[in-house]
Amino acid sequence: MDPADLSIADAAERLRAGEVTAVELLAAVQRRASMTEAILHCYLTIDRDGAAAAAEAADAALARGEDLGPLHGIPIAVKDNMVTRGVETTCSSRILSGWVPPYDATAVERLRRGGAVIFGKTNLDEFAMGSSTENSAYGPTRNPWNPDRVPGGSSGGSAATVAVGSAFGALGSDTGGSIRQPAALCGVVGMKPTYGLVSRYGLIAFASSLDQIGPITRTVADAVTLFEVVAGHDPSDATSYRGEFPDPRAESGRGVAGLKIGVVRELSGDGIDPGVLSAFRATLDALAAAGAEVTEVSLPSTEYALSAYYLIAPAECSANLARFDGVRFGLRLPGDSVEQLMSASRRDGFGPEVTRRILLGTYALSAGYYDAFYGQAQKVRTMVIEDFSRAYRDVDVLVTPTSPSTAFGVGEKTADPLSMYLSDICTIPSNLSGDPAISVPVGLDGADLPVGFQILAPALHEAVMFRVAEEVERLVGFSSRPALATSEGAA
Amino acid sequence: MPVEIDIAKVARLARIGLTEEELAHYGEQLQGILEHAARVQALATDGVVPTAHPLPMVNALRADLVEPTLDREEVLAQAPDREGPYFRVPPFLED
Repeated sequence: MDPADLSIADAAERLRAGEVTAVELLAAVQRRASMTEAILHCYLTIDRDGAAAAAEAADAALARGEDLGPLHGIPIAVKDNMVTRGVETTCSSRILSGWVPPYDATAVERLRRGGAVIFGKTNLDEFAMGSSTENSAYGPTRNPWNPDRVPGGSSGGSAATVAVGSAFGALGSDTGGSIRQPAALCGVVGMKPTYGLVSRYGLIAFASSLDQIGPITRTVADAVTLFEVVAGHDPSDATSYRGEFPDPRAESGRGVAGLKIGVVRELSGDGIDPGVLSAFRATLDALAAAGAEVTEVSLPSTEYALSAYYLIAPAECSANLARFDGVRFGLRLPGDSVEQLMSASRRDGFGPEVTRRILLGTYALSAGYYDAFYGQAQKVRTMVIEDFSRAYRDVDVLVTPTSPSTAFGVGEKTADPLSMYLSDICTIPSNLSGDPAISVPVGLDGADLPVGFQILAPALHEAVMFRVAEEVERLVGFSSRPALATSEGAA
Repeated sequence: MPVEIDIAKVARLARIGLTEEELAHYGEQLQGILEHAARVQALATDGVVPTAHPLPMVNALRADLVEPTLDREEVLAQAPDREGPYFRVPPFLED
């Protein structure tokens, strides 16, 4: 087996058994990247020198008997909206072209402290706004299962690199499904933690009350590992969780017998593709056969969640992106006045989707429309939270398909923003509520494209979510890999 | 539900300098998105408290300690234009 195809857990074990070195693990992902990047374009930057130095340091430390934990010596990719000191960070935007951050995001710093080898920065929809990784100023990422299809987004580069084996795991960020939807479309595991468990310090803000960093990996166990390394209180993030952090492994290995699993009626029937539904239902049958009590649950307000999200997220984005003004960093166009300088720089620096959302948010927040749009959306957000609380009185977890369709064609939805927005319909509610959610691959549809199964749990109940996720993984036994990931396919 | 948008005013507030053609294009797209989003107005929300944030927390405070800040030269090295230790911009106050 090519070391690039090992799980993080297996690679870590072989590393300690002396069967492989960190330098060899890095060489394996580099080889895989050199065979696939021309087709997939997962990376905006590959940090060859930094990664080589980190891998050598990891081997030297292990030789001295210093073990930094489960990610020690493992090549990990980071979405390019997390700042990395000394390594260009663009957010896939022209406005940040060439920008070299003077500090590390807390999640990146935690990776480094855990001995991880940061291999490169992955492509995304500009400022994480999109569901296909087509809105990148540096060109789209393609789906490893079929390069005519999108990898999903916005963390499409992170999902695609993990699927194809040019990284062992990756960090993504999820504002409305941007970790889970690409993970589903690329056949890997993607998890959005409870809001506040992973610091947002150094994550370039899109919608601050919704954004959360999380892991993308090939197994559920690896997702737990990566999540544990990056999670933790951070005084640099005022919204960082301050209570006691629950143990995500507390329920591991207990199976699903006796667990109550609620199927969200509104998100698992109408509007979901037949190929997705059939893999989804087969998984429900497997869970029921394993002893889970599967019932149907109604979340009536989810019908309005998408509308509320497309007011709240743009409103917050219009405020957050005001900092890109051409004054202190990033692209600057000349102007006779500061206002001209800003207007010209922002016009040239932002792509169409970002421009659209800034305009949308500016409108939703402007005098005369605030109550009717933003204020009303915030009330819908409360109703979504109340729907979830009601549901969790009766069930332990909720489940839905992760995405209404499998990977769609490149260019298929770019002309109609609203149709693109609809691909987040199953993932958005948990961003509004701040609850954790995970996507696990459960099969292929008729076109050999992966289907994701989503598990939602109440805030801070990652343990039960992971417990169901590992059982879904075990029961379904999804082990397919894209042809590009095999050496024959890549040669 | 029809939505009324003064797109030129919105673009000015957002400090994005768009051409007439671009304004018309974005105006039309916003119209469609906002008409969809306006569905939230159909919901009865009397007595519902708005949620601005998913965590019930206020005022994160920390000890008032002096800590190292970013290196000034490293930060200014990224400036599009500078003069000594300052960011340089066109004059914005008329004398």
